Amino acid sequence: MAAKKKTIRNIPQERTPMPEQAPLERARNFKEVALGYTRENALVEAERCLQCPDEPCVRGCPVGIDIPGFIAKIAAKNFRGAYDVITDTNLLPAVCGRVCPQENQCEGVCTVGDTLAPVAIGRLERYVGDSAIREGWVNLPYIERTGFRVGIVGSGPAGMSCAADMAKAGCEVIVYEAFHEPGGVLKYGIPDFRLPNEVVDVEIDKLKQLGVRFECNTLVGRLFTIEQMITEMGFHAVFIGTGAGYPSFMGIPGESLNGVLSANELLTRCNLMRARDFPTYDTPLQPGERVAVIGAGNTAMDALRVSMRLGARKVYCVYRRSKAEAPARAEEVHHAEEEGIEFHWLTSPIEVLGDAQKRVRGMRCQKMALGEPDASGRRRPVAIPGSEFEFECDSVVYAIGTNANPILGQTSRIKLDARGYLETDENLATSIAGVYAGGDIVTGAATVIEAMGAGRKAARAIKAYLGLRDTEIVYSAEQPCADRHFGFGPEVHGYARVRTLRAGIEPRNIASDGPASRR
Amino acid sequence: MAAFEIVAREDYSDVTFMLEIRHPLMARAAQPGQFVIVMQSEHGERIPLTIADFDADRGTVTLVIQAVGKTTREMQRECTTGTALHAVVGPMGIPSHLGQAKKVICVGGGLGVAPVFPQARAFKQSGAYVIGVLGFRNKDLVFWEQKFRACCDELVVCTDDGSSGIKGTVTEGMRQAMEKHADIDTCIAIGPPIMMKACAEATRARKIKTMVSLNPVMVDGTGMCGGCRVKIGEGIKFACVDGPDFDAHEVDFDDLMSRLSRFKETERDALKKWEESCRMRAAADAAATMDRGAPGSATQA
Repeated sequence: MAAKKKTIRNIPQERTPMPEQAPLERARNFKEVALGYTRENALVEAERCLQCPDEPCVRGCPVGIDIPGFIAKIAAKNFRGAYDVITDTNLLPAVCGRVCPQENQCEGVCTVGDTLAPVAIGRLERYVGDSAIREGWVNLPYIERTGFRVGIVGSGPAGMSCAADMAKAGCEVIVYEAFHEPGGVLKYGIPDFRLPNEVVDVEIDKLKQLGVRFECNTLVGRLFTIEQMITEMGFHAVFIGTGAGYPSFMGIPGESLNGVLSANELLTRCNLMRARDFPTYDTPLQPGERVAVIGAGNTAMDALRVSMRLGARKVYCVYRRSKAEAPARAEEVHHAEEEGIEFHWLTSPIEVLGDAQKRVRGMRCQKMALGEPDASGRRRPVAIPGSEFEFECDSVVYAIGTNANPILGQTSRIKLDARGYLETDENLATSIAGVYAGGDIVTGAATVIEAMGAGRKAARAIKAYLGLRDTEIVYSAEQPCADRHFGFGPEVHGYARVRTLRAGIEPRNIASDGPASRR
Repeated sequence: MAAFEIVAREDYSDVTFMLEIRHPLMARAAQPGQFVIVMQSEHGERIPLTIADFDADRGTVTLVIQAVGKTTREMQRECTTGTALHAVVGPMGIPSHLGQAKKVICVGGGLGVAPVFPQARAFKQSGAYVIGVLGFRNKDLVFWEQKFRACCDELVVCTDDGSSGIKGTVTEGMRQAMEKHADIDTCIAIGPPIMMKACAEATRARKIKTMVSLNPVMVDGTGMCGGCRVKIGEGIKFACVDGPDFDAHEVDFDDLMSRLSRFKETERDALKKWEESCRMRAAADAAATMDRGAPGSATQA
């Protein structure tokens, strides 16, 4: 009694819209913009997945989530099952469902997307993640201690995902964070209206339940060095995921005027330090009436929208290329436009103008035109002669990218590349044996999910280095057990056994199933 | 989370106080010239403070704080021995480069007297001839004179009103020292920007290598926010990771001073609000005492 085969014709044709706060209302509060699918929304959207055999979405996902698998569970109303499938590969569905650029990843290659709007994979993932938070679901695997100690530098997305994998592999994991709270860019950078800090805290709690220890207020490199972690502190391996974080400025006149700041500073003051609740919280943030943000990446969008919520009357985006070249997610640009942010495409700043008190009073810009494609493949902006103009603003925020953070280069012998980022091989191993690195400190500024992918990739390499079997070979009840022990052939020795505890299956049953089916 | 216990406190004047904080790892790692970032409470702001002393045996680091704004005033009230700070992170910044200095003049002005101490001691230990020049507004504000005497070959104390040592600013002390010693090769100056600027001018003509420690507004202290950027020569540097020590003759002090005034208004408002709440609390306390006192005095009568 197989269900009727799904075809592109018989699935719901329209992508289920995401319920959102109204633009003009949300532009003045820090509550989440996207409210999340309802159960009904999720069930309808799950019907749109064709369960096609070649699964391009799985290959499109940097961590390789079994996307058709979890969507099938949703369609069968087995939400807990969907959560189990996702957490086999991704510990943080509530985070990734919100901040991944799905349009360039899973949804970008979705088969349905060839004809209709792609399945809203991210929104479904978020629904599952939020359900888990609401219901208190946790998948704690059975972990056999290996005795290995792994130190992780940085508690952002790269560090968190690496920590999860190493903890599951039975290692004692300590994550060091320089800030007073763990979470990295998820906490200080991404604003609450896109990713509430409470969601991040729930995910961090899950890591703690896996046995991961977080040591905040610890600046690795200065309090102790990477080398000391290996030689004195007893770590068998180290993963570095410190992020890039050394904001760029343009070098135009007027950048040291008061009122010029980096997007990192704006976002950190507002998000982590809660300057928006000044004076309940002590951190100040001079709110601008008219704010100009330079750049059009995701960080720029966050800075624009945060400025709006802090009460600015006018918020301008200044970008030297056109909308088509903007590196931000299309959805973010769209949200920003809806909220009343003014975009000035093809506009390049030449000078920040100041008053007698050395405060920002405006900006001088020039108009640009697109010329020949440059090294990045995007058309190079060329200044239009005589197009200079000035406008008034009292705050200028730079969101034009970051350079490599110099601290580890200053404090260890670790090899850097020409731009100052950590140099790694294809397995993310650095020049120091046992020390691996991933995320922005290796690649330069990128996305949360890419950092998470790097954390997991490094975890695989660290396991190989330590001689541990990869946790991706997870014993699961569906796998045939004949002639195999916990899913491994008899020729394999010395593995770390890792099993996922599933509802209704006691560990004892799994253990006794193996030998039984052999007989 | 680890608590950062205050194991000792000493008040040097009605605005300056010293906190000794238990942090064994940092006490071992700290070097002269480095700083920490402190949060007094969960709601607090992150403020950078230069490390004034560290003792690996006691497992402590010492900070000297001047109560000027809301946060430091609150610390002055709350941070008593036995309490703990919400967060202390460090040591941050590149340690001071001692180099091959033979004869050094270590200048500290006001609160800057404290962070110049580890450098003076390190120079002494490295075998240099150390001349200390300490400046205070008046005799009541003088602190650590004995501590400096122990590690300086010569010490000049300057006060604005002449109530202790010589009368005048630190540049007067420097002038006297430089007149006496023609072979001073290095100068370290830490204090208010206006003082460091004057020190830079005092040594510029003689081409004495002069280092200053900059303490601009910062948030994370790890290079991430860029709030602490300073103009050094033609370039922009971040004081937190590229400094905090810079060549005084390259520093644009006017730029530094203007950037330090960045949050002047919000800071003033915050302080005013805080003082108001202190006043109300004190009034309530006084009223409560009166209430308790009244019946007592009645029975006595």
